[in-house]
Amino acid sequence: MEITGRKLFVKGLLAEGVDTIFAYPGGMVTDILDELYKTTEIRVVLARHEQAAVHEAEGYARATGKTGVVLVTSGPGATNTITGIADARYDSIPLVIVTGQVNRSLIGNDAFQEVDIVGMVRSTAKDAYTVANREELGQRIKMAFYVASTGRPGPVLIDIPKDIQVASGSPDYPEEIHLRGYKPNTGVHIGQLKKAYKLLHSAKRPLILAGGGVRISGAQEELTALVNTMQIPVVTTIMGKGSISEDSPYYVGNAGMHGRYASNMAITHCDVLFSIGTRFNDRITGDLNEFASNAKIIHVDADTASISRNVVVDIPVVADARLALSKMNEWAEPMKTEAWISEIEGWQQKHPLLMRRDKGLSPQMIMGGIDRVFPEAIVTTDVGQHQMWAMQFLPVTKDRPMFTSGGLGTMGFGFPAAVGAKIACPDKDVIAITGDGGFQMNMQEMATAVTNDSPVIIVLLNNQYLGMVRQFQQFFYGKRYEITCLARRKGCPENCKGPSELCPPYEPDFMKWAESYGVEGLRVNAESDIIHALETAKANSRAGKSTLVEFDIAFDENVLPMVKSGNPIDDMILK
Amino acid sequence: MAGIMKKRWIALYVENEAGVLAKVSGLFSAKGYNLQSLTVGTTEHPDVSRMTICVSSDDVTFEQIKKQLNSMIEVIKVIDLTNVPIHMKEVLFAKIKQITSEEKAEVFRIAETFDVKPIDIGPDAIILESTLTERRNDELVALLRESFKHIDVIRGGAVAVEGISTSCR
Repeated sequence: MEITGRKLFVKGLLAEGVDTIFAYPGGMVTDILDELYKTTEIRVVLARHEQAAVHEAEGYARATGKTGVVLVTSGPGATNTITGIADARYDSIPLVIVTGQVNRSLIGNDAFQEVDIVGMVRSTAKDAYTVANREELGQRIKMAFYVASTGRPGPVLIDIPKDIQVASGSPDYPEEIHLRGYKPNTGVHIGQLKKAYKLLHSAKRPLILAGGGVRISGAQEELTALVNTMQIPVVTTIMGKGSISEDSPYYVGNAGMHGRYASNMAITHCDVLFSIGTRFNDRITGDLNEFASNAKIIHVDADTASISRNVVVDIPVVADARLALSKMNEWAEPMKTEAWISEIEGWQQKHPLLMRRDKGLSPQMIMGGIDRVFPEAIVTTDVGQHQMWAMQFLPVTKDRPMFTSGGLGTMGFGFPAAVGAKIACPDKDVIAITGDGGFQMNMQEMATAVTNDSPVIIVLLNNQYLGMVRQFQQFFYGKRYEITCLARRKGCPENCKGPSELCPPYEPDFMKWAESYGVEGLRVNAESDIIHALETAKANSRAGKSTLVEFDIAFDENVLPMVKSGNPIDDMILK
Repeated sequence: MAGIMKKRWIALYVENEAGVLAKVSGLFSAKGYNLQSLTVGTTEHPDVSRMTICVSSDDVTFEQIKKQLNSMIEVIKVIDLTNVPIHMKEVLFAKIKQITSEEKAEVFRIAETFDVKPIDIGPDAIILESTLTERRNDELVALLRESFKHIDVIRGGAVAVEGISTSCR
């Protein structure tokens, strides 16, 4: 018996194990929504903006390991997802984004709410296609889930014209799919890996650079075992933070633009750099000519195209991180690295990560409070200074993962990602660390949190500025704070160099804002109040209520060390 | 990392479906690769197309281009034709206009020398048809431009097939 496209669509979702969709309604998806209305197994979460729906799906995907699903309408619904798609692509998050499309007979006519969304996301989605006919619908849905979740994971967009949603056709949903042009790497070239191991073992000053690929492949234990046996120090990228326990004696810290002094020095002075699951983004490498210039470089990555793109490597290994590391653990033998490790320790002592304590609340104190009150929680961050402080001062552990927008650097990511994570894991405390700039980009999602009984703890670091850019303006643009002050009004002095008692009031008043959602707002100005506020937030979270904790921090607090964009990474601004 | 820019050729087997050409050509513009020519046509299998792509790039970029193409889901196979025996041809039409009888004779001499065919003729114009290699066509165009003021050149882009026992590029 034939069934409609919309029925097959829901059948496909169920076959793929989908239990939650982040969605926003619109004309071209009403048929699918009507079908979902009749389905009890799938929870449809109404976001308050399509971009946020995608970030929620990202948070959901990171928290569960499953593919996040988004359903939006054509036109503006579709275009609003683009930022989220690009974000998921950079950070390798498996998503299926379903967009409704106008009837096939109208495509190309500039119909109401018609856009060529497939054309628009061609360069950012892992794959994207408009379903051509009812016959291929099942195949296409299957393909979207398969491509999104295999190899280097990523977002796949599937655009379904409305007439296909209602057309009748085969009731069969394919059980498997074969794509002749898509073969994710599942093996590892043993000969090449052996060469890599030998080179690593021959090093006097070996260093491991671990990226997000280690986490994605679930290789944390394998990496830890290898490091413990071979006694090799480890530095991480933003996405790779937590690849090994931060308590490990071999862990140095994050590297790159705002990495630790010791991490960047270690990269510059190592003689073999074993990098795994990282793309060598420019925020990690700085000036490419100076990057690890004393080292032979080994690069293990699941994505062939990531190898030798930015940095020319000596030994490329195309492999899943976990597979490669477990193989290497079979060969691993201890190395003599005491002298090298004490040299790195010397760099740590010379410039430790510490913030001043003389100007009231410091971000380090706030992160310390979170660390103490929430040993187990899901933490998300937005993008900017607070994100870097979280990276510097809040350890990632097995029980406390941190989801951040690493590659695209999407302001507005953190809060909706937390809402998505909370919806995925209702029994966990979920904390969104955010700034007063990024939070305002998607704070409408408080309605999503409240209406879904998904309480989130918002830790808002308010410095009245778009701090990361303000910091750039302070260091490199003569303190000309063009449009980075969030309190600035028409009547303010032309060349304001910072806040004073003459400043107009800051809007919005986040306490009143929180109140309007029935959420508790707490404002913290003193170090002594940090723990109490966070404990209150924790109690609220467990009683089903969100809390916004606003920390007033100094406007001129900087993220240090800092490498000027394009400079060598050992050329750091330290104060 | 910047190396010597060279012309290189790739043959690409792709799924013969809507959007694939846009995806492949979009990659070149999105990543800033220097695309010289791209031809496409179906193969003996109606669901598979073959493209012949000519790019100008250094070694590192060329490796990256091949990897990026390989990672596309609709790309079935990437063949690097740069250093293998191939037969390569390009269709070219040249319309030489506003010429005197004397100049006409010169066109015929050039046609004979280059082994290209005059396929149409009028009182003051000739159309030449060429299926030479791309490089030979370059030389032909250079000579025609030098010799005549009013010419239209229509080039089809190179197509290539792997050789059996000989090579012509």
